[in-house]
This record gives sequence, C-alpha cells and structure tokens, in this order.
Amino acid sequence: MRRAALHLALGLWILLFVVPSLRGAVIHDHTEGIRPLGSLANRPIDWPSRADLLRVALLQDYNTRLVVVSASLLGTACGLIGGFLLLRKRSLMGDTLSHATLPGICLAFMGMVAFGHSGKSMPGLLLGALLSGILGFATVLAIRKVTRVKDDAAMGIVLSVFFGLGVALLGLIQKMPEGSAAGLEAFIYGKTASMVFEDFLVVSSVTVAALLVCVALFKEFRLVCFDEGFASSQGWPVVVLDTIMLGLVTIVTVAGLQAVGLILVIAFLITPAAAARFWTHRLGHLLALGALIGGLSGWMGAAISALLPRLPAGAIIVLVAAILFLVSMFFGSARGVLVRWFRQSRLKRKIGRQHLLRAAYEWLESRVENPDRERVINGPIKMAALVSSRSWSVPELNREIRRAYDDAFVQSFSDGELCLNEAGFLAAARVTRNHRLWELYLIENADIAPNHVDRDADAVEHVLGEPLVNELEKLLPAYRDARRSPMPGSPHPISGGAE
Amino acid sequence: MIRLFHFDRATQSGQAPSGEEGGREFPEHSARSPLSVHDLTVAYHRKPVVWDVDLELPEGKLVALVGPNGAGKSTLIKACQELVPKASGLVQVYGRPYRHQRHLVGYVPQRESVDWDFPVSAMDVVAMGGYHRLGWLRPVNKRCRSEAMQALERVGLADLAGRQISQLSGGQQQRTFLARALAQDARLYLMDEPFAAVDAATERVIVELLHELKARGRTCFVVHHDLATVTEYFDWVVLMNMRVVDAGPTKEVFHQENLRKTYGGKLTVLSAAAEAVRNAGE
Repeated sequence: MRRAALHLALGLWILLFVVPSLRGAVIHDHTEGIRPLGSLANRPIDWPSRADLLRVALLQDYNTRLVVVSASLLGTACGLIGGFLLLRKRSLMGDTLSHATLPGICLAFMGMVAFGHSGKSMPGLLLGALLSGILGFATVLAIRKVTRVKDDAAMGIVLSVFFGLGVALLGLIQKMPEGSAAGLEAFIYGKTASMVFEDFLVVSSVTVAALLVCVALFKEFRLVCFDEGFASSQGWPVVVLDTIMLGLVTIVTVAGLQAVGLILVIAFLITPAAAARFWTHRLGHLLALGALIGGLSGWMGAAISALLPRLPAGAIIVLVAAILFLVSMFFGSARGVLVRWFRQSRLKRKIGRQHLLRAAYEWLESRVENPDRERVINGPIKMAALVSSRSWSVPELNREIRRAYDDAFVQSFSDGELCLNEAGFLAAARVTRNHRLWELYLIENADIAPNHVDRDADAVEHVLGEPLVNELEKLLPAYRDARRSPMPGSPHPISGGAE
Repeated sequence: MIRLFHFDRATQSGQAPSGEEGGREFPEHSARSPLSVHDLTVAYHRKPVVWDVDLELPEGKLVALVGPNGAGKSTLIKACQELVPKASGLVQVYGRPYRHQRHLVGYVPQRESVDWDFPVSAMDVVAMGGYHRLGWLRPVNKRCRSEAMQALERVGLADLAGRQISQLSGGQQQRTFLARALAQDARLYLMDEPFAAVDAATERVIVELLHELKARGRTCFVVHHDLATVTEYFDWVVLMNMRVVDAGPTKEVFHQENLRKTYGGKLTVLSAAAEAVRNAGE
C-alpha cells in the first residue's frame, strides 16, 4: 500500500513533468543552447493575459517549464525528507544546515576566482555549500559533546555565526572586481528565474536520490525516528542512519538554495510535512502526501511567479505551502481543527440530550408512588419542573428539547409540556439506569459521598459504552439481572422533582 | 547532596570504590548466566550514577531490580545494552560480550521514552521487534507481520492492531511495547518499569506474560517500583542504590534490613512500622 503510493507518486512525476520537459529541453539544447531567462524577468508588471495564463499553465514556454518543473521536483524531495526531519524532531537542525551553507558558497566563489576561474560555476558553489553545511552540523555535534550547552542553544549559535560569517564574506566579495556581477545574493533569497538546464539536472537527480533512499531505508528511518533507544539496542547504527538522513537534508537544501534561498528552504522542508500530518496517522501516507504538497506548492509558486515576474518565486512558493498548511490545519481529515470541533460538538449534543432525557425520566418517576420501572409510564412532562432539575436556563432547555425533537426522541412539545416518544422514553430509562449504576459503583468503590456522586458520575457516564455497562452490572450484583431489578433507586434526593 | 550521601555510605560499607580492591578476585562467572556484569560504573557528567556493580543473574528466573528514585536502575539497564557510555566495566550475555549477543536480548524501554503521537499503528510498532531478523533494506514482510500479530494476540491487543498508538490507553501502550519485545523472541528480557502507571488489567497481563516467559526458560530482569508486589511476582531480587546492596532469591534477600540499606532515610515510615510490628510481637 505504502510502497504502491510512493511508486505511483514517482511514476506520476516522471510522466507528467520529467519526460515532457526533457524532450523540450533536448530540442532547445540542440537548437538554441541554454537560453537566458530574461524574457520572463523583463516584462513590465501587469496582470497576465489569458494567453499568458494558458501558456504558463500548459508549460508551453521552455523557461517556464524548466523553472516550474524544477521547483516542483524540489518540493517533492523537500516534502519527503521533511517528513523524516519533522518526526526526528530536527527541524531546527535543518535550519542550521541551510544557514551554514552561506560561508561555503562565498569561500568557494573566492577560491575559484583566486584560481582564475569565473567563480560562478554552479557545481563549485554547491560543493562549497555542501562542505560548509556539513561543517556547521559537525560544529553543533561538537558543542553538544564537549560542553553542556543544550542542543537548541548550540544550533542557534552555529546558525547565526555561520550566517554572519557568510554575510561578512559577501561584503568582501562585493569589493572584489569580479564580485559585482556575482549575484551570490540569489542564494539568500532564491531566484528561480536564473535557473538553467544544469540546475534542473541537479534538482531532478537529487529528487530521485532522495526518493530512492527514503523507499529503501523506510523501515530503518521509521525505527530510528520512533524509538532511538530500541533501535540502538537492536544493533542499528543510529549515528549512521542519522547521518544519512541529515546528508539527504543537506543535499536537498543545497539543491534548493537557488529556488527558494537558504533562509526560506527550511519552510519548504517542514511546512509540507507538517501539513500532511493533519490528514493521516500513517507514516507512509504522511511522506507521500508531504511530497505531493511540496511538489504542488513548488509548482504553483513558480507558476505564479512566472505570471507576475516581480514576485520572487522563493517567497511565493513558501506562501503557497503555508496556504496549503492552513487548509490542512482546518480541513485535515485526521486531526484538522474542523474534524475535532465536529467531534466535540457531537459529544456535547449527546451529553445535552442525555441530561434532558434523564431529567424527564426522573420527573416521570417522581409522579409514581412507589418508584418501580413497571409503574413509570410515559406521559406529558411539565417543562417548568425540568428547568429546576438542573442548572440550565430556559433557553438552554428549549434548545435541548428542540434538538431532541430533531433527533426523533421527542414526540411533541408545546404549552409548557413535553412528550417523549417510545424511543425517547426507552433511551431515557437506559440513560437513567446507566447513571445510577455508575453512581452506585462510585459510592461503593471510590468512597464518594452520596450527595457528591451525581456530579462525578455526570462527568463519565456519557462516554460509557456497552462493555463498560456490562462490567458495572457484574460488579453490582443486585442489578445483574436487568429484567428483575432494572432500575436502581437514586442514592441521593433528586432536585426539582414533582413539587 | 543525596548522591553524595550515598557515595559516602558506599565507601564506608567496606567496598571501596577504587584503588584498594586491586587484589580482589572476580567471582567465577558461568557461561550459563544470561547476564553477568563486572565492575560496571556509569557517570553522567562526572557524577557517578552506577558504581562498581557486580551482578550475575540466574537463568530462567524472574528478577526484580528494586531501588529508590535516582538509584541508577534505568541507567544500569541501559548501560547493559550500551545505550549509555560506561566509565568502566564489562557486560556479558550468556558468557560472551553483549555486542555479540544482541539478538538474545529483548528490551522494553520506559513508556515515556518515546513520542506516542508518532504516526504509526500498534502493529507497526510491534513489527519493529522483528526488524533485526529482516536486516538492512528489506521491507517488513508477511512473516514479520504475522509474528507481530501473534505477539499482539498474546498481550490481548489483536483487535487494536491497526490503531494509531496515540489512541491507545497508557496500559495498552505498555502492552504494545511488551508485544514488541515478544516479537524479538529473545532469551533475556530487560524491562524498564513495565508496571509503572498501568491499569489492573494490564498488570495482570504482564504478570501472566512473565510467567509464560519463565515457563519457556526465558530470563526477565525487570525494574520494579512497587515493593508490595515484589515477593508475589519475582523469584529473585536485586536491591540497588547506585551500587548493588544485595542480590539473591527474594525469600532470602528481600527483608527489612536490606530495604533500609537500599532506601536509606527514605523509608523511615516503613522501618518504623517494622519496628512496631517487632515490638508488638515480643
């Protein structure tokens, strides 16, 4: 199931994006070589025409296609790895890694210039970023090992120091004769429009690698993320697995530097996975969904940015991911806000109805001389008497009655009188019985005074299921036989009542 | 301060922690012993937590590890499995170093040691017990799942196999951990407070399980908090407060004096009560 989902996602990406874009890329490569993306970036700011919309949506333009496909592939990889990063509770570590790449990029640039190269060679810059990120990670580990500084403090220090160093080096580069045209700032905020075919190759190979590793090591990663101690006791090399995981994070981060920039890449890693968590309780689904949400936000963000060229793609991508996160937070089927709210309101409604039914039954009971179930009969109930039986206001009571009517427990209500139907009367008897059984149990077993027991019982009885009621009957031998002695008397005087 | 106090007591009671016992001979550790610990010392940031522990468990017995809070019980269990670094010492499982015998040891960690909000089902967790048999890269297969299912059945959770673990009660979570250890199919089980904060039904299940394991010749070394049930549940007891106070069959070792030694001042009410009982008897 899990595997099938992952394979399906992979297949879809290849079919939809990789194949057509490669075909386009090959043609363009042969005819025009790598075209600069100026045509997109130089357009004046205006709302896109229908033709533009169509062109971007259908990926007709080579540059748009390159950028959109790269961004969505990157989003897929980020969403996937982000899931493990999130569950390993290493979100801040991802942030530290990405910030720590900046000095490496700057040093790589300076080094390449010093050796007479152009300094803008992408593989060189990315290699520098990778090494620097790893160094940052190693520094965090070293601080944790040598001193007693806590993890989060160590990461905060490394993050800011490395980033500060990077910014200082950037200042130096600006002063260099070659530096003005370097465009290294693009790494900080990201600049998708500057992507070329080589970048696409880097991004797609990183995505495929991430996908393969996650599928291959799914079991191992799940174990380490869930229970590190147990994994270690079984002989799994936790450090090695962690290194592989963070190595993937580093590679994805470095690949994503150009698209979203090193400040925003953490949002690209964490947000899709966090959004996916609202929809599922299964790890495999969470990863697949995280990849999907990441891919979608990459695609939409890059497309929007292509339509409105003044808007930076990195920021738009992250904002799209945030919108998807918000949607998931509210509508998520597993733990979304609405689902929880709905469950709670349903329970509330049930509790309100049970209160009404029990009050009604106890009033009917009080009309009979010798309270016995055979003698309690259904009949019109005075609403005024019900008001005094609980601490509810008249509007509250009316609301409960109306709801019970909607749920078909009440036959009619008018002129201050209320009449339960057959189902309502039976339910009322059952609710009252459960309540009293529970009260008796509490008095006998939990030493609760009879005049307090009503409130305590009230808190629990609404969630009593059939098995628990059976258990109660077993524990209270006098009421074991539901037919012979069906209704225990109330252990305390019932307020309100017939008077 | 408390640690210092124990430290002093440890040095006073004749077993000097270092230096002087150079000539002391190791007891003969038999190859049959499921777990033998020699001179184990563990320190967190230079504070000793487990001091110079020598221990040899008998095979096929249920052994309780008893001691006050902070006595190093969990640390001892972890150090035996190399989950915390040892300052010194040697741990042998069935006569060979732990490192070579990992597959013989099942582990039930403390329930609080993991995040129960993790997106896995009870079944997924129990299947983890069989991961070491699968080895690298091989996905969870049918056999692994069916073994996990059997383990879940034995702890009475077969119906809840597919449930996400945060939706299990505390006792059911504990049973999930036990089932995972069962799925490991080990010969020695190390359990860290399996009875902590569980309901009566779970306690019953765990006790039954322990007896079942014993009947099959397995050895269980269980960190236990409830002194009232030690004699009822366990054949053997190890009393520990940073160092081992005493170890042996429950009937011989689990008595007032040892308890007072183990719990120090913390058990004054109990010792006073014991005193009262003795006085009343005379």
